[in-house]
Amino acid sequence: MSKETFRNTELIQASLKKRYAREKRFQLYGQLAVLAGFAFLFILLFDIVSKGTPAFTQKYLLVDVHFSADKLGVAPGAGEEELSRANYSGVIKASLREMFPDVSSRSDKRRLYRMVSIGAEYDLRDQVLSDPGLIGQRKDVWLLAHSEAASYLKGQVSRESPEAERRVKDVQMDWLDQLRDDGRTRSAFNTLFFLEGDSREPELAGIRAALQGSFFTLLVTFLLAFPVGVFAAVYLEEFAPRNRITDLIEININNLAAVPSIVFGLLGLAVFINFFELPRSAPLVGGIVLSLMTLPTIIITSRAAIQAVSPSIREAALGVGASKLQTVFHHVLPVAMPGILTGSIIGMAQALGESAPLLMIGMVAFIMDSPASVTDPATVLPVQIFLWADSPERGFTEKTSAAIMVLMGFLILMNALAIYLRKRFETK
Amino acid sequence: MNKQIIGALALTVGMTQIGSVQAQGRDNVSIVGSSTVYPFATVVAERFGRSTDFKTPKIESTGSGGGLKLFCKGVGANTPDITNSSRRIKKSEYDQCQENGVTDVVEVLVGFDGIAIANSRQAPKLSLSLKELYMALAKDVPGPDGKLIANPYKNWKDINPALPATPIEVLGPPPTSGTRDAFAELALGGGAQQIPALKALRGLGAEQADEIKSAMAALGIPAGVYTSYEESKGKPPKGKDIFKTIAYSVREDGAFIEAGENDNLIVQKLEANPEALGIFGFSFLEENGDKVQGSMIGGVEPTFDTIADGDYPVSRPLYFYIKAAHVGRIPGIQEYALEFTSERAMGEDGYLLEKGLIPLDEDELEQIQADVAALKRLEM
Repeated sequence: MSKETFRNTELIQASLKKRYAREKRFQLYGQLAVLAGFAFLFILLFDIVSKGTPAFTQKYLLVDVHFSADKLGVAPGAGEEELSRANYSGVIKASLREMFPDVSSRSDKRRLYRMVSIGAEYDLRDQVLSDPGLIGQRKDVWLLAHSEAASYLKGQVSRESPEAERRVKDVQMDWLDQLRDDGRTRSAFNTLFFLEGDSREPELAGIRAALQGSFFTLLVTFLLAFPVGVFAAVYLEEFAPRNRITDLIEININNLAAVPSIVFGLLGLAVFINFFELPRSAPLVGGIVLSLMTLPTIIITSRAAIQAVSPSIREAALGVGASKLQTVFHHVLPVAMPGILTGSIIGMAQALGESAPLLMIGMVAFIMDSPASVTDPATVLPVQIFLWADSPERGFTEKTSAAIMVLMGFLILMNALAIYLRKRFETK
Repeated sequence: MNKQIIGALALTVGMTQIGSVQAQGRDNVSIVGSSTVYPFATVVAERFGRSTDFKTPKIESTGSGGGLKLFCKGVGANTPDITNSSRRIKKSEYDQCQENGVTDVVEVLVGFDGIAIANSRQAPKLSLSLKELYMALAKDVPGPDGKLIANPYKNWKDINPALPATPIEVLGPPPTSGTRDAFAELALGGGAQQIPALKALRGLGAEQADEIKSAMAALGIPAGVYTSYEESKGKPPKGKDIFKTIAYSVREDGAFIEAGENDNLIVQKLEANPEALGIFGFSFLEENGDKVQGSMIGGVEPTFDTIADGDYPVSRPLYFYIKAAHVGRIPGIQEYALEFTSERAMGEDGYLLEKGLIPLDEDELEQIQADVAALKRLEM
C-alpha cells in the first residue's frame, strides 16, 4: 500500500513538470494572440495616422496678382452680376506667367497653371466682390496650391524617383523650389477640410457635408430606434404573456440581428422610396433603414438589461402597492437604463459606420452641398471615405485616411459616452 | 398598444406627406448613370455649383443601363432629371420612356472614349485587325469547316504568321465594367462581322425563324441557344440576338485574364510581362504613355485625333439625356447642360480635356450647344 502511494507521488511529481510546462505554453499562446492583435491594430492605426496627418495642412503660394480690368473682361464700375462672372482664371494665369516669364511652351504653361487650385478663382472672386476697388491694382495674394504642387511641398514626392512616374514634373519642382526660397509658400491648418463638402479636387474636398449627413441620419435613427426598441423590450419582458407567439417574436428578433445590412437597404428601396415615394439620397430614408438595422440590437440589449434588474425591486414596489406600470417606469427602467443606453449607443455606433445599405437608397453619390434638413440629398462619413478611396487623383489618399481618423474619433467618443453614462447612472 | 398603433399610423402619414411635399419641388438637379461619364459630370457639377447660384447637382454612378432605367421610370421630382450614358439609348429603352410618360428626351453627345489594346514599350508594337482580335479572344471561332469550335489558338502567329510568336495573353476588365461591354461590342462584334456566315446571321429578322435556325445549324450553334432565348425573353430572337450571344462571349480558357477594374494594376502587369496585352480606357494610355503603347487596330493608331474623328474603330460616344419635362420645374437643368457643353469645359483648352475627355470637333460642338439651348427632342 505504502509502496503504491509512493509510486503515485513519484508519478505525479514526474508529470507535474509537464503540466506546468503545458500551462506555461498555453499562457504563452494567449499572450502571443493578444500581442498579434495589438500589433495589427497598431500597424493599422500607424498607417492611417501617418497617411492622414498631411491632409490637415494646406499649402498656399504667394502670387503677385494683377487685377486688370482688361483680363477680367469687365468694364469699369461693373455691377456685382458682371463681377461674379469675370474671368478670374485668366487673371491667375496671366499673373503666373508674369512671375515666370521664361515659360513659353504650351505644355509648360499648362504645368504652370496646374500649380494653383481651381478654388483660387473663387477666392479671388469673393475678394473682388467684397472690395471692387481692387480692380486695376496689383496685390500679393495667397492662393491655394494644387494638390500635386502641395504634395511636393509636403515632401511626399522626391526628385529621386523617375520623372515619368510622378505627376509633379521637374520644371514644376524648380518653380516651387524658387517660390519656397523666396518665402512665397506657406502652410496653414486645413480649415477647408472641416468647412467644405465633397469636391473632385483633393485640395478643396472636405467632410462637412458628410458629417452633417451622418448627423441627420443618426438623428432619425435614434428618434425611431430608441423609443420603439425600448418600448418593445419593456413590453416583451414585463407585460407580454409567455406563449408560442412571443417565443416566435423573440426568435425573429434574434435572427434579425444577424441579417446582412444590405438586405435592409433593399427593403428601404422597395418600401420607403418606391412605395412611400420618399426622396432618394435623403438622410430621412437612410435613418429609417439604419433604425431597422439597429432595432434588434437595442431590443436585445434592453431586454437583457431589464432582465438583470433584481426581482426584489419589482416585488418591493408591487408590495407597497405600485401598479405594474408604476413599477416598470419608476423602478425597473431607471435601474436598467445604463444597460439600455450602452446597448443603444453601441447600436448607433454601428449605424454610424455603415455604408452598404445606403448604396441602395442613393446615398452613395457626389454631393457637394451640406444638407440643411433630413430631406436634402446627403451622404455620410463612411460613404465619403469609400468615394474618396475610389478616386483616381493621388491627393485623395491622404484625405481618405484623414476622414477615417475623424470617423474613428467619433466612434471612440460614442463609446466613451456609453461608458460615462453607465458609470454615472450606476453610482446614482 | 393602442398608442403604438397610433404612433405607427402617424409615422406612415407623416412619411407620405414629406414624400408629396418633396415631389412638388426639388431645388437641386438629380443625375444618375454611367460610371465612365461620372468623372466628367462631377467636375462640371462642381464648377457649376461654385460659379452659379444654383445648388450643386447630385450625381450617382449607377451604370448606363441602371441610369436609363431610373430615368425612364416617369416624370416627377422623385425621378432623375439627367442620365449619363456611355452608349446611345436603345430603342427598347426609348419606348419604355415613352410608355412611362417621359415623352420629351434631349440627347446630348459630349465626347468620345477610346479603348486601347496596349502592351509594354519593351515589346514591339502590334498591329491587329478586328478579325484577328476576334479570333484571338472570342470563346468560339469558325473552324476549318466553317462550324464554330472552341477557340483553339494559343499563339498569335497561329492566327496570322505576320504576328509575333508569343502566347495569347490579354488582361482586361471584368464583365461588370462598361469598358468590357464596349470592347465586346466594338472589337469582338466588329471582328465577327468580318466573317461572312456570322454577318449573314446578324442580318436576319425575328420573322425569318427558319433561316436563323438553318444558319445556326451551318455554324454549328446548338439549337438550345435559340430556344433558351425564346424562353427567357418570351419572344423569338432576331438573328442579331443570336449573333450577340455568340460573338460577344470572351474566351474563358485562361488566354483572357480578368484583371479587375483597376487599370493601374493592368499597366503594372504589362510592364512585368512584355508578352501580355492589356485593355483599358484611352485616357489611361495617355497618362502612362511612357510605359505602354497602344496597338494599331485596323491600321489606325489610338490617338486623340483618330478617336475624335472616329477612325479608330474601338471607340464609343458618351452621352447624357435630359428630361425636357423637368426643365423649368427644377432649377438649373438646362444651365448645367450648357455649362457641360460650354467652350470653357469642352473647348480647345477646356477643363474636361484635362480630365481625359476626347471632345467633339468645333462644328459638332456648336451644333450640340444649339440643340441644348433649343432643347431639341430626340426622335427614334
